[in-house]
Amino acid sequence: MFVALVVVGVVAPFLVYPTFLMKVLCFALFASAFNLLLGFAGLLSFGHAAFFAASAYVCGYFCKTLGATPEVGILAGTALAAVLGALFGLLAIRRSGIYFAMITLALAQLVYFVELELPFTGGEDGLQGIPRGRLLGLIDLSNNLTMYFFVLAIFLAGFWLIHRTIHSPFGQVLKAIRENEPRAISLGYAVDRYKLLAFVISATLSGLAGATKSIVFQLASLTDAHWHMSGEVVLMTLLGGLGTVLGPSAGALTIVGLENLLADKVGPWITVIMGGIFVLCVLLFRRGIVGELGALRLTRRIGA
Amino acid sequence: MTIFGVPLPALFGQLLLGLVNGSFYAVLSLGLAIIFGLLNVINFAHGAQFMIGAFIAWIGLTEFGMNYWAALIVSPLLVGVLGVLIERLMLRRLYQMDHLYGLLLTFGLALIAEGVFRNYYGVSGESYEVPEQLQGGVNLGFMFMPLYRAWVVVAALTVCVAAWFAIERTRLGATLRAATQRQDLVQALGINVPVLMTLTYATGAALAAFAGVLSAPMVQVNPLMGSHLIIVVFAVVVIGGMGSILGSIVTGVGLGLVEALTKVYYGQASSVVIFLIMAIVLLVRPAGLFGRTA
Repeated sequence: MFVALVVVGVVAPFLVYPTFLMKVLCFALFASAFNLLLGFAGLLSFGHAAFFAASAYVCGYFCKTLGATPEVGILAGTALAAVLGALFGLLAIRRSGIYFAMITLALAQLVYFVELELPFTGGEDGLQGIPRGRLLGLIDLSNNLTMYFFVLAIFLAGFWLIHRTIHSPFGQVLKAIRENEPRAISLGYAVDRYKLLAFVISATLSGLAGATKSIVFQLASLTDAHWHMSGEVVLMTLLGGLGTVLGPSAGALTIVGLENLLADKVGPWITVIMGGIFVLCVLLFRRGIVGELGALRLTRRIGA
Repeated sequence: MTIFGVPLPALFGQLLLGLVNGSFYAVLSLGLAIIFGLLNVINFAHGAQFMIGAFIAWIGLTEFGMNYWAALIVSPLLVGVLGVLIERLMLRRLYQMDHLYGLLLTFGLALIAEGVFRNYYGVSGESYEVPEQLQGGVNLGFMFMPLYRAWVVVAALTVCVAAWFAIERTRLGATLRAATQRQDLVQALGINVPVLMTLTYATGAALAAFAGVLSAPMVQVNPLMGSHLIIVVFAVVVIGGMGSILGSIVTGVGLGLVEALTKVYYGQASSVVIFLIMAIVLLVRPAGLFGRTA
């Protein structure tokens, strides 16, 4: 599967507009990281935008104001996301289910308002003009194609990490926790620690996505921290397929693609359409695109 | 005369504002708690229902000449009907599943509602005039109290107390509480629980709309008014714990006052203070101030 992804990834920019692909890749990474938490650990966090945005701002600050090279900025942003993830996780893990979602939402709002007030973030205007910079001081990233391959490499690395996490004993325990938490506890697993670790990994990779996005678009803004962004990543994951490996990426591709296609045609109705897709997905299409395809393949194999 | 450097009229003015906000938090978190208690669904659309309530009042005034007092009754009724439709057609199918799907569904509905209203009315907001009987204010000596604000506090808290009374002291409320705890038994006893659930959701939505109409003359009626409020109300609910109705009311009002005090003495933190309190409460008492651990 990886080979296929790499091949598609390498060929794609010559067929499709690279910046669009970069946006898809960033959000695919974000959604995959989110899916680690929701699809595999069964924890709905409604505040992932906080990690995405905080990382984007810090990366932008490092690159623009402190003059760091992009990879340093990205590392800084990701590190902050990890710390933030640990803090939020410690608070949120104390409750479960719906309370967990509400707590993460409220904590993300905290980040939103802090970002609104802090001087370096530029408030409502956002942090603009983040330089593409020179990767490792050598490779100039202002060329879209070069930048694309850098983003592709980051996406593949993150995706590989998620893949390894899912298909590991740790991932199996997470699935066990999702399916039947009391049973997992009775089997002796320190369930809270597993959940916290999953949360931190998810937050870190979301931060990676955010920092990368800030360099691609050379902008970090408040929309990144707004809860609509959290909702959007939930939608991508749900639409693509909860608990599948490729699902979130498929969902990200669909949503970003839809946004792109419909932006000039329907303009402000985009929110309504997103909401409509959300409602339809929840009512009728819970397995998501990849989920439904998987189920189709299964029935065909069984011969039903 | 000043207290910690803030003149008395300013302080009390802000406290009144805090009381007003607190009453809104109380009414809204009450609605959320009622819906959550029976249906186990977090009604993300609560903010949207608040907004729709306000808009019905405004549209009623501008298109149909419906006055404020009629709006106070018509708007909750209309939104209640909307709630019935939502519950019967969509929410009902999700009860058997993971409760998060209810949250996601109502989130999607909130997005739709916000989007539709935003398309037609933009984000700048429409103004709604204070009804004449409630214009002006009273000079209490230590502060000037606008009549409308006082009315809002009285109305909201009356509704809260009435709801509390209905739930804790009446037979219908007892049925509701029983259904919250053991739905199957109550249904076996012959009570029509699905209808009860529909009515509960509709009542919660109607409460939100009532709050919306109350707020219309005070703030600009705009499509985003609900979403700003709903997140704060979520934090209020986490702090108070969903265990008791009284808890939601007390927490709501209390937090409104705390927010106001913060605004007076340390303005920049006012939008985050509730979330900070939430973080602290979570560390010290994860079930919430009044909550019972499930």
